[in-house]
Amino acid sequence: MTQADARLSVLKTYKLYVGGKFPRSESGRVYEVTDAKGRWLANAPRASRKDARDAVVAARKAVAGWSGATAYNRGQVLYRVAEMLQGRREQYVAEVADAEGLSKAKSAAQVDAAIDRWVWYAGWTDKVAQVAGGGNPVAGPYFNISAPEPTGVVAVVAPQESALLGLVSVLAPVIATGNAAVVVAAEERPLPALSLAEVLATSDVPGGVVNVLSGRTAEIAPTLAAHQDVNAIDLTGADAELARELEVAAADNLKRVLRPRQPYDWTADPGTGRLTAFLETKTVWHPTGSLGVSGSAY
Amino acid sequence: MPRIPTAAAGPPASLADVTASDGALRRFLHGLPGVDPVGLEARAAALGTRSIKTTAKAYALDLAVSMIDLTTLEGSDTPGKVRSLCAKARTPDPTDRTTPEVAAVCVYPDLAAVAAEALAGSGVKVASVATAFPSGRAALEVKLADTRAALAAGADEIDMVIDRGAFLAGRYLEVYEQIRAVRQAAAGARLKVIFETGELSTYDNIRRASWLGMLAGADFIKTSTGKVGVNATPANTLVLLEAVRDYRAATGVQVGVKPAGGIRTAKDAVKFLVLVNETAGDDWLDNRWFRFGASSLLNDLLMQRQKLRTGRYSGPDYVTVD
Repeated sequence: MTQADARLSVLKTYKLYVGGKFPRSESGRVYEVTDAKGRWLANAPRASRKDARDAVVAARKAVAGWSGATAYNRGQVLYRVAEMLQGRREQYVAEVADAEGLSKAKSAAQVDAAIDRWVWYAGWTDKVAQVAGGGNPVAGPYFNISAPEPTGVVAVVAPQESALLGLVSVLAPVIATGNAAVVVAAEERPLPALSLAEVLATSDVPGGVVNVLSGRTAEIAPTLAAHQDVNAIDLTGADAELARELEVAAADNLKRVLRPRQPYDWTADPGTGRLTAFLETKTVWHPTGSLGVSGSAY
Repeated sequence: MPRIPTAAAGPPASLADVTASDGALRRFLHGLPGVDPVGLEARAAALGTRSIKTTAKAYALDLAVSMIDLTTLEGSDTPGKVRSLCAKARTPDPTDRTTPEVAAVCVYPDLAAVAAEALAGSGVKVASVATAFPSGRAALEVKLADTRAALAAGADEIDMVIDRGAFLAGRYLEVYEQIRAVRQAAAGARLKVIFETGELSTYDNIRRASWLGMLAGADFIKTSTGKVGVNATPANTLVLLEAVRDYRAATGVQVGVKPAGGIRTAKDAVKFLVLVNETAGDDWLDNRWFRFGASSLLNDLLMQRQKLRTGRYSGPDYVTVD
């Protein structure tokens, strides 16, 4: 036996990410995660509906601070996420290769694309208002201005197949505009998402802005869809039957629902569709000041 | 039903001599068994792990709602704010008329009249703090005048604070005489005596204060004003509950308990109810003998009730903003 073999390897305990902390599932449950060939990789926490409830509470608490931060500041924070990802690139290349059964080169391409996507959305934070809002012409002495505002707490059912690039592509646009997210990680491939949480925790993203749950999608997602304090849900990772069930549950309290057409090509130009999906438009009327016979302007 | 003796009469004959002099009172209070802090906190924590589900939870939530003294004690209180709080006290959840009323609305004396008018015809009582709340640092005449003003304004219950300075300096008889004086001024009203447990430093002191308050004729003993860092905790409430249990065993007089401040979630409230049931017994599981001094607790209880009713987690958008 060589010296290197004699050392016990230190296995990582994957945990949930809720409110900026890394708790185990309240239920104490875990499930086995295997690589694409069926070999055991790690045990991931199997979140219960109470974990989902706690995550929504954490997200709700984070909304005021995150949506109140300046768009420029949010952009800096998201850019820092990309920086942190870049620093741990090798780890993600290995994790994505294991999870998706890709070659190292293909996996590296996925990770690079994921990092680039963070940067891309980081650039959008202070530009989305100009694209999704603006001045409206009205027949009266008013300035009429529409401005986009974040919807609030958004539940995200992350795509099942693309564990990192797909996840980043659905998560980044949600938080770029000032929403807080509760993410249900890919059921069979949750490890890149749980590792991404470690990056988020160390890159100035306030606790609670992103919460990551792993476990059975069909167990966690219905709780989020029915939750009265979740404002919107993204059904990207739900299969057709589950998506239908979730849409029914979400309709009960008029949640905003995003149900994109499948399959989704994560390598394509993402466009602004996801960025504007979780925005509400606020329109204000303001007198121009040219009222009155005297023509006085204040 | 046997008639329960009231506390108003002062110490029963068996304990009459302990308040005869400062020395006798000191000997009695210091002769009370010491509190084992480690054991106490372990017991309070252990009772907090009980799992209360389904019908038991529904019962506990409704009971907790009915035990709330819905409180607003801010310098910025206005008559309008008190009126809206009273409306909430009468109908905590307008979407569900099966929700019980709360026990009382607790305000400053100058707003007791507003509360009394807004609550007229309902079962909700008007509680008013008095005696230079929250510090209790005023001359006895001022405290008595404060109490009379609250009663004249229509208060059914008086929440008085003890003079912690005198208590900590060991002038027990002075504290006793002050509570007696307020007790007499508030004849006919239910008297809650606030110890401000966060300022008493030790569990032994909390136990002594509890007995002192009960000997002086308190109808309720109450942990805190809600104005200091440490308010009602399971452990200090447990000391109070043990005291009322032992006092009834010794004298036959039942005294109520009111933890106040810092109880914000339904889960916490249910833990306190478990403490009550396991320590004092189910005689105390009634809003005549146990109250919560709280404001934001009510919203969380209502959200939990909605969850039980609909199966969906509710949110703050579905309860009123206070």
